[in-house]
Amino acid sequence: MATHVLSDTAVLTGRTLRHVTRSLDTIITTAITPIAMMLMFVYVFGGAVDTGPVPYVNYMLPGILLITIASGIAYTAMRLMTDMQGGIFERFQSMPIARSSVLWAHVLTSVAANVISLVLVVGVAFLIGFRPDAGVTGWLGAAGLLVLFTLALTWIAVIPGLTAKTVDGASAFSYPLIFLPVISSAFVPTATMPGPVRAFAENQPVTSVIDTLRNLLTGQPAGPGLWTALAWCAGILAVAYVLATVVYRRKVA
Amino acid sequence: MSNPPTPTAIHVRGLEKSFKELHVLRGVDLEVARGSIFALLGSNGAGKTTLVRILSTLLKADAGTAKVNGFDVAAQAAGVRGSISLTGQFAAVDGILSGRENLVLVARLWHLKNPGAVADDLLRRFSLTEAASRRAATYSGGMRRRLDIAMSLVADPPVVFLDEPTAGLDPQARIEVWQAVRTLAQGGTTVLLTTQYLEEAEQLADRIAILHQGRVIVDGTLEELRRLLPPAKVEYVEKQPSLEDVFLAVVGN
Repeated sequence: MATHVLSDTAVLTGRTLRHVTRSLDTIITTAITPIAMMLMFVYVFGGAVDTGPVPYVNYMLPGILLITIASGIAYTAMRLMTDMQGGIFERFQSMPIARSSVLWAHVLTSVAANVISLVLVVGVAFLIGFRPDAGVTGWLGAAGLLVLFTLALTWIAVIPGLTAKTVDGASAFSYPLIFLPVISSAFVPTATMPGPVRAFAENQPVTSVIDTLRNLLTGQPAGPGLWTALAWCAGILAVAYVLATVVYRRKVA
Repeated sequence: MSNPPTPTAIHVRGLEKSFKELHVLRGVDLEVARGSIFALLGSNGAGKTTLVRILSTLLKADAGTAKVNGFDVAAQAAGVRGSISLTGQFAAVDGILSGRENLVLVARLWHLKNPGAVADDLLRRFSLTEAASRRAATYSGGMRRRLDIAMSLVADPPVVFLDEPTAGLDPQARIEVWQAVRTLAQGGTTVLLTTQYLEEAEQLADRIAILHQGRVIVDGTLEELRRLLPPAKVEYVEKQPSLEDVFLAVVGN
């Protein structure tokens, strides 16, 4: 049966991807809030923020991208929950298919859907003057880090997706994740924040990811934050994956 | 999947299952002959769905043994899954996919050679050809249930579980489903169906078992069940005791 893991996962991913392409509104909804925030920050608050010689849109785009991912994974949890509630999940479980492929299909679809949203947001950023200096390696590095961050958050989303009883319950977990970038270096340099807030902002996981993305996109060396960012992402990914697997095992008895 | 020759398609001995303090199954014994339609009757909460979930490997029993198509549900779960299909109480179809896509999906997961042809054949058998390209979410209740049963037959499994296949359907749709079940049994498939509609058992089943308070308290053909009641003495009513009378009498209300 192990030989079928890949083909089963591919078939099931094709199914969930169709769910995404047939409800493009979920992708647009995912992208619209961060785009609106981006416009607001750039044209309303941005003028008051001193980011030195860096254009403000260049400065804050990484934070907006992380907000995009955090809102995108709410739909991952919702799609998984809908499967759990609808009976189709039990049908798959009673069939001779690889057990893990059902979850992996949702995870891969989540990455694909988020990539589409991210491309939309970056496209709008270009329209309003985002001009990165990154070379090919910088872009690849940034894309890799974004995918890793998406994977980590997706495995977090799997847990409420498996356990939630309502749509609201499945998506509520994402709100704190959406706001995490606000208390970070995403929009305002942390130097202006009062002591405890600054301490939190400088040491929470999102800041290292944002700083590294900013460096990569502006054509600078990734900086020492890269390892912190990778460690946070890998750590969150590992813990969330283990928890999600435990919950899943319990669900499929 | 090898198909060990056993006289019975389903063999259950002393099956027990509790959820915390609630003893749902208290020692269930059951034999279902190959190629027969077996109806499991019981009120809400009698344990019918729990039994079906154990037989389809979705749930583990606390005690007792159960074999489906010669495979032990606990030790040879993969063999069981390769021998069965399950149609749950809530139509387990993917509403976002079309009827045909639903069937192709299941055929791919069974690794069949020609998924499209299998799908088209089943659409024809269940009179869904005209609706084949419409999203399943737009189907009527009867059409959804027919699609659901068709999805269960994609791999032509020797044993089919139908958990309350007509719950919530209008009389017309119910007759459509009954017709589908009869067609199945004519093809040699073993059908175990649960129902709380006594007429459904009367109409369809070769043998009937009544599950009450976690045990099978009666098991036999309709004729055998009727004989459980003393023949009417002085009455001039020509009507035979209906299965409903038998049910209520043996259940003790």
